[in-house]
Amino acid sequence: MLAVNGLGHRYGTGKNAHVALEEVSFTVDSGEIVCVVGPSGCGKSTLLRAVSGLLRPTKGASTLWDKEITAVPEELAVVFQDYSRSLLPWLRVAGNVEFPLRNQDLNRVDRKERAAEALAWVGLDGAGEKYPWQLSGGMQQRVAIARALAYRPTLMVMDEPFASVDAQTREDLEDLLRRVRTEHGMTVLLVTHDIDESVYLSDRVVVLSSAPTTVLTTIKVDLPVERNQIATRESERFVHLRGEVARLLRRSSD
Amino acid sequence: MGAEGKQRVSTVESPISTNPADPADPADSSRQRASRTLFWFVERWSLFIGCVLLWQLATSAADNPYFPTPLTIARRAGHLWLTGPAGHLWLTDQVFDDILPSLGRLVLGWGIASLVGIAIGLGLGRSPVAGDYFGGLLAFARAVPPPTLVPVFLVLFHIGPEMEIATIIFGTVWPVLLNSIDGARSVEETTMNAVRAFHTPWRRRVFSVILPAAGPKIFAGLRVSLSIAFILMIISELVGSTSGIGYQLVFAQGDSDLPGMWSWIVLVSALGYLCNSLLVAVEHRVLRWHRGATRRSEG
Repeated sequence: MLAVNGLGHRYGTGKNAHVALEEVSFTVDSGEIVCVVGPSGCGKSTLLRAVSGLLRPTKGASTLWDKEITAVPEELAVVFQDYSRSLLPWLRVAGNVEFPLRNQDLNRVDRKERAAEALAWVGLDGAGEKYPWQLSGGMQQRVAIARALAYRPTLMVMDEPFASVDAQTREDLEDLLRRVRTEHGMTVLLVTHDIDESVYLSDRVVVLSSAPTTVLTTIKVDLPVERNQIATRESERFVHLRGEVARLLRRSSD
Repeated sequence: MGAEGKQRVSTVESPISTNPADPADPADSSRQRASRTLFWFVERWSLFIGCVLLWQLATSAADNPYFPTPLTIARRAGHLWLTGPAGHLWLTDQVFDDILPSLGRLVLGWGIASLVGIAIGLGLGRSPVAGDYFGGLLAFARAVPPPTLVPVFLVLFHIGPEMEIATIIFGTVWPVLLNSIDGARSVEETTMNAVRAFHTPWRRRVFSVILPAAGPKIFAGLRVSLSIAFILMIISELVGSTSGIGYQLVFAQGDSDLPGMWSWIVLVSALGYLCNSLLVAVEHRVLRWHRGATRRSEG
């Protein structure tokens, strides 16, 4: 469904140019959760912005359903790490979730219904009348996820979505993401620097090298579909996979 | 004080209310509110009232014709403005021929300046190139003291409302414009990316994202420009007008009507206070989210 072909990006020109991405290629199939993991500073966020059409790459291109991505595609939703900046503080929670729906052809009733439904999915029913800043960090990120879900994207692109929440909330949100993926048949592309998270969440892990960034390898995560924070993480297969990713990353940064 | 003490006891005794902030008893909460309002009023106005009393004592002791007592001024003001026919709600012609037109020109000038300032400011603020080009020009233009342009506008528009409104517009547009630029620049890149990612059309981006995000800065500019507008209203009417508060002020002076002159001065101050209070009340409502959000991030 999504194909990233030889994507490269450099900031600036001439001697001062900073090559954020050398050449990155991978694909994401429909219904998959793919995690992109890489050492910090390897241009993960640049990659995500280029893939979602927020940034025009200087080399290569990405295609969604064989159409080149030049602007943010209609069927794509983005969730950012910085929930406090991506939510609008002057709108209530429900207003924030409804915000993107106002750009779609929906009447008021449908909008309200969809927003309430999305808030229920993330366990925030009843919080619609609150303001985002009245909620904890983890709850705010849930609102951001609900906003993306209400939009009903076929592809959800997430930039370190759980990096700024506490450990307990993070586990809850990871499970939530896997559950809504299964229930709503979404495809997810998620960037993280956390090796454990990338293995636990995904069906495939794309491992990036440090800058100049290329794809080191893609690892298939052959863990059972039903995952459990404790049992899965202590399973032999999980430990082996995370070790494999860690070793690749260590070798690339040496 | 005694009433407050009693309330605290009653909240503790109340078996239903577990949360002290929860107004379980409506009668109690309304009493609480009343006592809080009273306390607020005393705290805010006692010094003011004290000063007026002191002024009354000092001026009546001095008995100087240039400094009439507040009571004399109040009596003169009542005579000036509140002795009209019943059909006009007892308001005199001066209210309709001077005060209201003055306020109308003030509001018109300030309103136009605000709209223009916000519109141009948001545009310049969101465009780095335009911001760089216009930066120096704006810094210079705002440094021109607006009263110095009164002679220019007098030549351009002659004596009359146009000249007054032009002066007010030119003087008040800068704080709003510069604050709007600042506000539009302060919108976070992540916020714009998030909004752009949801295919928000530009009109909605401007009115539903950039404008509210710049709101706190814009209101700060509006308050500054409102006080400048009052100053310019009076100055332009002192110099080139045949009606208005400023005109009546010089007229009273020329007529040696000193209590009258003071009445106009007090009126301008009162109107300035009133308009500012109105604006603050609007700001309070519109920016409720901002107070909450900043209090949260500081706590």
